[in-house]
Amino acid sequence: MNLEKLITDSMCTATLNVFSTMLGQELPPGEVALETGSPGPNDGVASFIGIAGTWAGTGSVNCSPNQACRICSQMLMVEASAVDADVLDAVAELTNMIIGSVKTDLEQHLGPLGLSIPTVVYGRNFRTKSAGQHEWIVINYLWDQEPFTVKLCLAPQERNPHATQAHSYAIEV
Amino acid sequence: MDSDVLVVDDSAAIRKILQRVLRQTGLAIGAIHEAGDGVEALSVIEQHPVNLVLTDINMPKMDGLQLLASLKGSAQWQKVPVVMITTEGGELKVSEAVRLGAAGYVRKPFTADQIKEKLAGILAPALPL
Repeated sequence: MNLEKLITDSMCTATLNVFSTMLGQELPPGEVALETGSPGPNDGVASFIGIAGTWAGTGSVNCSPNQACRICSQMLMVEASAVDADVLDAVAELTNMIIGSVKTDLEQHLGPLGLSIPTVVYGRNFRTKSAGQHEWIVINYLWDQEPFTVKLCLAPQERNPHATQAHSYAIEV
Repeated sequence: MDSDVLVVDDSAAIRKILQRVLRQTGLAIGAIHEAGDGVEALSVIEQHPVNLVLTDINMPKMDGLQLLASLKGSAQWQKVPVVMITTEGGELKVSEAVRLGAAGYVRKPFTADQIKEKLAGILAPALPL
């Protein structure tokens, strides 16, 4: 089993399916990349959700404020012109659906996994760091001429196979 | 007779989407109440008895499976159908929900047609105007 390909395919399928079903949008295929270490500074909206079990990690969606507003508008069929609680909630739910679908796919191969409640950050020039030194699988999409990114890092929990806590991550502003 | 519904999800976005979808189903829907977690749901249903509960699973304080178990363990609410609407599509969660007495299971992301199809066997159709 090529786990990296399995995760990548699942992320792509889940993202396209969620965009199509919940937003009525067809995303063009994304570019797959691997990212190690801490990513560079972020601007915009970043949403995180933890995965726990025999494998643990974090899933993330990063988008611009304009895209976040559009996600909210398309999902709720309301006008959203500024990033507010509804917009952040819509991005959190989009993340929950994408990473939740990936989690369900992976459970067939990795065993039962748990999903945390999503956390969303909106700001400028902030950095994020996931505990541990794991590799992120990154799918870079171009949506309305702006980058839209879905990321996942997942690693076996060798020291404690019964761990129930997802990886922690820190946000530096 | 219109059916009152309780929508339970920690995402306000999903609660709004489900409210809209419920109104579009063509089923006889009355009042739609909301709760952000299982604890709040139990409080709301005490004040506003409903004919159907739609609930997420992953929620803070009390999750959807705990809420389902609590409702099915209550003499007052055990006959109220509970439909799970959740990203949790794993076999374990589905079989646990079925074992606890869930009337249905819809995986997110969902379409309006999937919700309608699932509820059609549970709720009565709306009377023609």
